[in-house]
Amino acid sequence: MVPLTISELQNTAKAIRRDSIEAIYRAGSGHPGGSLSATDILVSLFFGGVLNLDRKDLKSEKRDRFVLSCGHVCPSYYAVLAHLGFFNEDLLNSLRDLGSSLQGHPSSVYSDFIETSTGSLGQGLSVGAGMALGIKFKMQSSKCKVVVLSSDGEQNEGSHWEAVMQAAFHKLGNLCLIIDKNGMQIGGETKKVLDMDSLSDKYKTFDWEVYEADGHDFRSLLSVFSRFNEEKDKPKVVICKTVRGKGVSFMENSLKYHSCSLSEEEYRKAMEELC
Amino acid sequence: MLISMRDAFGEAIAELGKTNSKILALTADLGSSIRLDKFAREFPDRFFNVGVAEANMIGLAAGMALEGFIPFCTSFAVFLPGRCFDQIRVSLCQNKANVKLVGSHYGFTNPGDGASAQSVEDIALMRVLPEMTVICPADAIETKKAVLAMAHQNGPAYLRISRTGTETVTREGDPFEIGKARVLKLGKKITLIACGTMVGIALRAAEKINGEVINLSTIKPLDKATILKSVKKTQRVITIEEHSVYGGMGSAVTEMLSQEYPVPIKIMGIPDVFGQSAREYQQLLDKYGLTEENIIKEAAKLR
Repeated sequence: MVPLTISELQNTAKAIRRDSIEAIYRAGSGHPGGSLSATDILVSLFFGGVLNLDRKDLKSEKRDRFVLSCGHVCPSYYAVLAHLGFFNEDLLNSLRDLGSSLQGHPSSVYSDFIETSTGSLGQGLSVGAGMALGIKFKMQSSKCKVVVLSSDGEQNEGSHWEAVMQAAFHKLGNLCLIIDKNGMQIGGETKKVLDMDSLSDKYKTFDWEVYEADGHDFRSLLSVFSRFNEEKDKPKVVICKTVRGKGVSFMENSLKYHSCSLSEEEYRKAMEELC
Repeated sequence: MLISMRDAFGEAIAELGKTNSKILALTADLGSSIRLDKFAREFPDRFFNVGVAEANMIGLAAGMALEGFIPFCTSFAVFLPGRCFDQIRVSLCQNKANVKLVGSHYGFTNPGDGASAQSVEDIALMRVLPEMTVICPADAIETKKAVLAMAHQNGPAYLRISRTGTETVTREGDPFEIGKARVLKLGKKITLIACGTMVGIALRAAEKINGEVINLSTIKPLDKATILKSVKKTQRVITIEEHSVYGGMGSAVTEMLSQEYPVPIKIMGIPDVFGQSAREYQQLLDKYGLTEENIIKEAAKLR
């Protein structure tokens, strides 16, 4: 598809935020904070011409692979897929419903548009590295890449760092990690739970190509994401500074909205702000 | 004749590698211990020593399987599955990923290293997972057949193999099918259901008590028909395994029989304890009661 302009991306992001809040409200539970902080990253990837996908041929060998390692932020991912036409937008109302393809955390068994089941933190980068290694092995001249979205809380997981080491060791230049650094996790501010600051230095030490971006500025995001296609013999990571709950004033930087059910009043106020 | 199952595994995967270019071998730095040297030598680009990082090995293998490969992940049975249970649960089973797990040195077959290296709980861990197939072959011959069969079957599977030499109780010409148990000896008085290293012991005990011996090499899915046919004849069962008496093969058999055909059962295995070091493998089998004599004693109690 033709990449959207900056103003179109902004409008799309607002619609995605509305759909995420609507779906979480109807589902009776979910993770609005992370869904809103990751929205602009997801919109840039899927509508800004970063990912090469074909919704008519979901398993095309040439497609870019996308792994949502922080699976709990899936409402905004599902909304993105609906807007892209992967499924009818009405399906968003079935989030977390019995038998729905929109499970509370992404499931490849329930949905053919999900590359790998996630939800247990710290596993997405390993699976993404396996895909990247597999692609390199079977299609040496392939241009396709694997993009993994992770959260900053997820950086606590030891197995994630096993994958960080492995990806650098195998020189997986076709592997791109994005960290949604909203500074909060379920137990509080990331700095107070387990300070993972100077993430850039950590990844540089582990021999990754490191970039930083403003996770709510489309120009900043697209400028960095454009480097994904550069041929490197190092995996790439983009650390995106974001705000948890971005776009809804009373959810911004609030611990309450990591995982919750939304009251009718909260829902209405949020939707008014996202008009 | 005593042959180690790990030697048979090494032969089998090297053979598979020749006929199927999608076979990959991964190890968390235990390649030689699990006899991957031949595979690594013949197919260096399909061999991955991922370092001492079992959890990541499972994720990598899941990703490779999603790209169409058939990865075999290998380690000691204490680490694989024990060290990476959640990765197996989500990245393998919840993707129905075509990854094969091989846990070696199970039970007391690594006697010297003691409790931390002796897996008494791996069957329980793997058996409880939806989508997982669990295989514990009786000897080296069956190990080889199991490896080939696993590669042909789509989906996650766990193979449990021994380190020490295990007596040969099956023949090259015997059929092997995942999910099918085999009666190795006919008998009338009692059904002895054994798996892995315990099959040989069960066969010897059965000679003295007119027992029927079933080699239950696939623990999941369970071959109900073969078990029920035998039990309806003998009306008594002893299960014998080199694994905890909780959650293992005996539990699988008991869960099924208690609902479909309740009969007196004795589950023989490692009692609810961890192992310990010993100079000789046999010392540990004796210590924890996994002997021919004990089977005969328990059979007498079930009269």
